[in-house]
Amino acid sequence: MADISEQLQQQVRSAVDSRRPLSIHARKTKSFYGHPVEGTPLDVSGHNGILHYEPTELVITARAGTPLPVIEQTLAEEGQMLAFEPPHFGEAATLGGTIACNLSGPRRAYAGAARDFVLGCKLINGQGEILQFGGEVMKNVAGYDVSRLMAGALGTLGVLLEVSLKVLPRAESEQTVVLETSDAEAIERMNGWARKPLPITATCYDGASLYVRLAGTQSTIRAARKVIGGEEMPPTRTWWNKLKEQQHAFFSSSKPLWRLSLASNTPPIKLDGKWLYEWGGAQRWLVSEEPAERIRRAVEKVDGHATLYRGAGNIEVFHPLPEAMMKVQRNLKQAFDPERIFNPGRMYKQI
Amino acid sequence: MSTTAKQSTASTTREILIRRFKALLPAEQVLSSAEDLHPYECDGLSAYRKLPLAVVLPDTIEQVQKIVELCAELDVPVVARGAGTGLSGGALPHDQGVLLSLARFNRILQVDPQQRVARVQPGVRNLAISEAAAPFGLYYAPDPSSQIACSIGGNVAENAGGVHCLKYGLTVHNIQQLKVVTIDGELLTIGGSGLDAAGYDLLALMTGSEGMLGVIVEVTVKLLPKPERAQVILAAFDDVVNAGQAVGNIISAGIIPAGLEMMDKLAIQAAEDFVHAGYPVGAAAILLCELDGTNEEVSAHVYQVREILNQSGATEVRTADSEAERMNFWKGRKAAFPAVGRISPDYYCMDGTIPRKHLPEVLRKMADMSKEYDLPVANVFHAGDGNLHPLILYDANKPGELERTEEFGGKILELCVEVGGTITGEHGVGMEKINQMCVQFDALELTQFHAIKNALDPKGLLNPGKAVPTLHRCAEFGAMHVHHGELPFPELDRF
Repeated sequence: MADISEQLQQQVRSAVDSRRPLSIHARKTKSFYGHPVEGTPLDVSGHNGILHYEPTELVITARAGTPLPVIEQTLAEEGQMLAFEPPHFGEAATLGGTIACNLSGPRRAYAGAARDFVLGCKLINGQGEILQFGGEVMKNVAGYDVSRLMAGALGTLGVLLEVSLKVLPRAESEQTVVLETSDAEAIERMNGWARKPLPITATCYDGASLYVRLAGTQSTIRAARKVIGGEEMPPTRTWWNKLKEQQHAFFSSSKPLWRLSLASNTPPIKLDGKWLYEWGGAQRWLVSEEPAERIRRAVEKVDGHATLYRGAGNIEVFHPLPEAMMKVQRNLKQAFDPERIFNPGRMYKQI
Repeated sequence: MSTTAKQSTASTTREILIRRFKALLPAEQVLSSAEDLHPYECDGLSAYRKLPLAVVLPDTIEQVQKIVELCAELDVPVVARGAGTGLSGGALPHDQGVLLSLARFNRILQVDPQQRVARVQPGVRNLAISEAAAPFGLYYAPDPSSQIACSIGGNVAENAGGVHCLKYGLTVHNIQQLKVVTIDGELLTIGGSGLDAAGYDLLALMTGSEGMLGVIVEVTVKLLPKPERAQVILAAFDDVVNAGQAVGNIISAGIIPAGLEMMDKLAIQAAEDFVHAGYPVGAAAILLCELDGTNEEVSAHVYQVREILNQSGATEVRTADSEAERMNFWKGRKAAFPAVGRISPDYYCMDGTIPRKHLPEVLRKMADMSKEYDLPVANVFHAGDGNLHPLILYDANKPGELERTEEFGGKILELCVEVGGTITGEHGVGMEKINQMCVQFDALELTQFHAIKNALDPKGLLNPGKAVPTLHRCAEFGAMHVHHGELPFPELDRF
């Protein structure tokens, strides 16, 4: 538990003065995500600790360097959780990195993404100023929503110091059922269920089996099982955990791993490789050596976008943006970080 | 420049504008006579009124692009307006600007039950979306109390809420894609058909930006399946503190109600006199707790919540056993504002949010201020998410009473900030709370907001003067946001 915000602010100020870029990091569990950054390291991991946690207010505020397991353990003791079920990619994962990457797990399609749970933040902007936005209340429309803008900005707009998140109670019980289906049928089923008020909290199709996680009271789960059918799986927290941490066998390939984000009911896309569907069909993982161009063209046709999640080579990690959109993004970068010292190029080379 | 010279420049700009607009749009879509402009002089906050130079009523995106381009060329401010039901003066016209009405953008373009989205034009009414989705068993979750009249474009601009936010979120959680015309006349598609988009989260930035960053011309909203069952419980308390405690106890038990509303004695009385919902008149507070979900879940939760309410000191707990009774329980709450309107010539609705634990303290201080300002207050409260709607009762015809009301309202908002809350939960800053922004944010934060504005609208032509105060305004207002123990705005002269 330590407050090193002044020290961080000092480092940012001297980087601004010398116009030398900074590479923001904590425990580097997500350094694979995005392009590498050349810059003086700015280590946020020393800035840690839970500042407020009010179970009855459904809010937690912690410093950016606070380890994610510490936060999740604290919440679990009160029967609560981070409802976006963030992947850790290593025990050392921190809150700041999770929010900066806007990473969400299996529950995302049914509860919301990391950005949906962000209520407020404190940050250092590119002029070395410490600013605070949002707060610890659910409803707050004073000023532009800077806190949510930070989610997924990969540290290119500011150094996150503190984040306030909405938390939710854990369900009384959980159960997973498995059905054997084809890919097209899996998509149809997941979308069909989503049109009904069913207590589904995760779905995954691995090419042969469709996994469905139900949560709620035991009577609710029993009733839902009658609609969904399938076979019950043994206690499954570890199975979903392995999936979210990409320890499932699907992710063991050394070939490039693509993440396609598209409308959940998009029929199977014809690209060579291995597929795994999540989020009711809205997130599709593709292990493939198809050229990036081809993958991106295919996903654009269905109005989605593709991220090179893990892979090497001189390929844009994030989906290229139309020029008018890139202009807005560059202007926003300029508004927060006029000297371009925060993680330049991590997301796009222009920002 | 002398006053006369200023006026003549303005009238020239006006004439040029109107001439050029008439070249872009059919004559009936350009309004410029005083008579035609009057209906647009204010939004739902009628205490502020201004006439724009002209009102334009485009009905295609291309027309909006051309209108905005022309305004940019002539340096004329543009204020976008939907249904004009906003409560913070966000759509108040600019007296040297154009009012861009999106009333003709009233078509539902597509309801896609497979993908569970509706693509609609910004002038479509909030409730019309749920009505169009109903045949598919779907609905649009955010339900501001003005949902019969308010339009979705305005909902996005204000990040509108409603009574179901604790469980279903605000507008920002329930939209998937926006089409926005920038000040350059460019059409930007923000978001996408998936659950996320590449680049910065402009969907979040645009939502609640009060027309300051772009003109929304199309909205794709998410639709949810209608819950299998919804049931509401009404509980009466003889002490507001117990009612507040009960809210915390329900949430601690791991239950997230679909709606959790509180009304105080004056609001209960006014509502009961108006709609005869059978509310327990004389109670210090009532709670309305709506539970929804699967049949089994609702049964379990109704039982649990009744127990909790009884243990929290409720003097009476009733469960609506039929849909008719449920609607009746809600009738009083939904009619609370007009009900208060019946017992007072005017009322002023506030919109602060506080961490719920501070409710007793905030209510006590508000009661003290009510005595001090000699103005009664009725409280209606989205208790689940801490969003307060104190209604200050006043009479605009009594000299000085509106000014006293505004000052009292401002103090309530400052109190919300003091306990760690915010000056606006769902109505927006607009014109109304612009001074209180100086209390909630310091000079550096406001400067960052201006930089964001500048990134998207460098000439400052989109809804200028709203939502984010200039530092000079804050210095004039004299707000004391003491940050890190330093005096605010040391760089500015004191007026």
